[in-house]
Amino acid sequence: MNTKKNKNGGRKKKNTQIMLVTWAFVLLFLAMAGYITHYALTHKQELMNNSYNGRQQLLLAQNTRGTIYAAGGEVLARTVTDGEGNEKREYPYQNLFSHAVGYAVNGRMGIESQANYYLINTSIPLSQKAALDVGGEKFPGNDVYTTLDVHLQQVAYEALGVYQGAVIATEPATGKILAMVSKPDFNPERIKEMWDELIGDEESSVLLNRVTQGLYPPGSTFKIITALEYIREHPDSYQGYSYNCTGAITRQDSRIQCYHGTVHGTVNFQKSFAKSCNTSFANMGLSFDRDAFAKTLEQLLFNQKPPVAFPANTSRVDISQEATEPGMMQISIGQGTTSMTPLLLNMITCSIANGGILMEPYMVDYVQGYGENVIKEFTPSAYGKLMEPQEAQTLKEMMANVVEEGTASKLKGLSYTAAGKTGSAEFGTVKGDSHAWFTGFAPAQEPEICVTIIIEGAGAGGDYAVPIAKRIFDAYFQ
Amino acid sequence: MELYISEFSRYVITLIVFLYTYESFAVFRFQEEEGRGGIYARQNLLMFAFHFCSFLVICFETGDMAYLFFYAFQQIVLFAAIVLYHMLYPKTNRLVINNMCMLLSISFVILTRFNLGKAIRQFAIVTASLVAALAIPFFVQKFKFLKKLQWAYAMVGIAALGVVMVLGQTTYGSKLSFSVAGVTFQPSEFVKILFVFFVASALYQSSGFFEVFTTAVVAAAHVITLVISKDLGSALIFFVVYVLMVFVATKNIFYLLAGAAGGSGAAYIAYRVFAHVQVRVQAWKDPWSVIDAAGYQITQSLFAISSGGLFGLGLYKGTPGAIPLVEADFIFSAIAEEFGIIFAICLILVCVSSFIMFMGIAHRLEDAFYQLTAFGLGATYIFQVFLTIGGGTKFIPLTGVTLPLISYGGSSVMTTLIMFAVMEGLHIIMEDQEEEHRKAQLRAKRRKKKAKGPGKEEEGFGRRGRVPREDSWGEDIEYEEE
Repeated sequence: MNTKKNKNGGRKKKNTQIMLVTWAFVLLFLAMAGYITHYALTHKQELMNNSYNGRQQLLLAQNTRGTIYAAGGEVLARTVTDGEGNEKREYPYQNLFSHAVGYAVNGRMGIESQANYYLINTSIPLSQKAALDVGGEKFPGNDVYTTLDVHLQQVAYEALGVYQGAVIATEPATGKILAMVSKPDFNPERIKEMWDELIGDEESSVLLNRVTQGLYPPGSTFKIITALEYIREHPDSYQGYSYNCTGAITRQDSRIQCYHGTVHGTVNFQKSFAKSCNTSFANMGLSFDRDAFAKTLEQLLFNQKPPVAFPANTSRVDISQEATEPGMMQISIGQGTTSMTPLLLNMITCSIANGGILMEPYMVDYVQGYGENVIKEFTPSAYGKLMEPQEAQTLKEMMANVVEEGTASKLKGLSYTAAGKTGSAEFGTVKGDSHAWFTGFAPAQEPEICVTIIIEGAGAGGDYAVPIAKRIFDAYFQ
Repeated sequence: MELYISEFSRYVITLIVFLYTYESFAVFRFQEEEGRGGIYARQNLLMFAFHFCSFLVICFETGDMAYLFFYAFQQIVLFAAIVLYHMLYPKTNRLVINNMCMLLSISFVILTRFNLGKAIRQFAIVTASLVAALAIPFFVQKFKFLKKLQWAYAMVGIAALGVVMVLGQTTYGSKLSFSVAGVTFQPSEFVKILFVFFVASALYQSSGFFEVFTTAVVAAAHVITLVISKDLGSALIFFVVYVLMVFVATKNIFYLLAGAAGGSGAAYIAYRVFAHVQVRVQAWKDPWSVIDAAGYQITQSLFAISSGGLFGLGLYKGTPGAIPLVEADFIFSAIAEEFGIIFAICLILVCVSSFIMFMGIAHRLEDAFYQLTAFGLGATYIFQVFLTIGGGTKFIPLTGVTLPLISYGGSSVMTTLIMFAVMEGLHIIMEDQEEEHRKAQLRAKRRKKKAKGPGKEEEGFGRRGRVPREDSWGEDIEYEEE
């Protein structure tokens, strides 16, 4: 009880209940004030980018949308105003950066969406504002510098040719995205005129960024993951693994064949990987502990939102206790219901190249305001460890071996060394239709660049995807 | 030039309101009204500065200097309120008056910015209410029979709510008001005061199980009537205020726990039974998934709050009009957008400062009826502030009540002004009571002095010393024999 001594010695009990209620409300209000402040200040950008937020129009009426630059200083998007004050958003490279840079009419995508907050805000000082205000001019928005490399983007874009598919090239040590190509593409300057056509076309889904949102069966590229799980479950004996490939393996009426029915004969662990032997990997998968495998897949960011600042789809694998033997065989060779974005495959490849540590991929490098003042800088940030360094080292050597004596031999004997894994992922019901995959890095020992390629419906990864990787590596090391 | 003024004014206004808020807590360094004079004078100056600056910005932004006339009227009324209260009742609590006028001036500014017509209407109602409320402290002091009207309060209250339930107009799915001769009333606002008086008069003499039970029946009648009218915010206020008042009157934590358990149970049942409750909860948990429908208001409100930054966009620079019902239920969000987060937090703190003063008055009042009344009114006030600000910022589910003194709405502002006036009356009673004690103490000392003979000085004879009054309240006040 809170008592207070009176001057004349009398003592009076206070009403504790009132004190209690008072304090409870005061604390409640302090919590609420803290919450409001925190919410308002930390969600500012996210809320400003919401298309239901009319305040964007307010800013656009006042500021001219800023310019987007490539890493080398080339303009990727800018707003020009004609003599009558009409604004037009120009994309000097037209279709080249369609998905990466995106567009800013009829909604937004790409960097135009991701960096919208910066582009529509201005940082010019008050005196400048006053001067512009007098002249009736709008204030210039902030400029955004990206990590994108125009030359690599061009090479990747041309290499993909008329095929539908996706290419992503990143720096494994930093997470910087150097090139991001998705086809079919579009001209962002003409988005308004083409809108109905683009929306109506459900077949080729032109507006879909296949790098971040395309979900494909990973096919043999998934064997990187199966191999990792096998190493984890047999840390001491995987080197002694041996399997006799007869071209097919059958469990419960389900038959897995090697690509084109090839018979690989007796294969060890390295050779199974280099030759991409389906039956051997299906055999490995049959022995897996479901819980341990599920844990590995979770660690490799399956079934969860990838840690990137732009929209990206969740890659899925369904490993449940009930997974049947045929199911496990399918999963082990990247078929069945498994689906994966080229982005996630690239991220896993990067972490192998980077000693197990994944650097978060990013495209916006820094934001520059008035007077070349850097307002916001995005520095490389480590997401964490996807695998142990020894595991990464082992996989790295195995991927180098794929180039030396396996399915990616088109990368052999060049001025640089390369490593990777090919894939030919079957899709649809027609036997033989397959997406060509390649994911890998160069140089094999000290990787500087990491690329992931998918060509829809082209055929074998070694025949179609590897040459594109070669052109990108050539351009990079030129 | 205009650009400089609007940019500069954001910082100036924030600073003024920050200083005002600081002063409204600095007051609590002093136990008594004496000594606070300097603080109150500074507060008055800061209020004036805020009001003037804001209207200057309004004039510049609209290019219409005529707004200054409206400002002049407002300033005269608020100034008159401060002076008249002080002249008629020297023992008023000036913090309560100052906070009241500060919040009113914020209300006038933001309503003028939205809609001049509504601002003028609100100003007229405030002026009339202020004049009428001037008499209230006198009545509270003199009308001793207020303690005995418990059944009258209950009957009038339930009848008023019942009329709305049966005949009321439906606004946004809730029956809130009815019109007489073109004037719309929202009786649940006024009934809040009656309800506090009812509970206080029913429990002040004895708060055994029987009294708690009978008041619970009456409280339930209020709450159920409001639930049927779908006025969930008011129902919640009545319920919480009742539970808290029973807790203070009985000093029994059991009632608080039972109330919390019963309230949670009732809330759960309401959630299962009423679709509109589910919609509200859904809009609170994830408004983004229902942004087109139930989540629209709250997401627009969040946009507004986040876009202002620390110092706000400046008057007329935001788009608070995008929030439906902005001038009533979401006025806080509009203030946060145009005046900034610092200002908005200061506004919350000014409300809390008034609440602490109310509780201080309740705490020192010895008469159980007055104490319970002061406590009940304070709890009603702060809980309503909590519901409206918490609801508009997604801290708690939205219940749709007004922000006292700031929101547009005649019944709401009139009720709050009456509440503040009653609190002034109670403060005067408290001052009288303490003066009585001082006199009694003085007499006691004199007698003692006489008995002991002259020449011996007693030390430590303080102004704040208190001695028991004969009619002082009950069992919890114990005195030791000297």
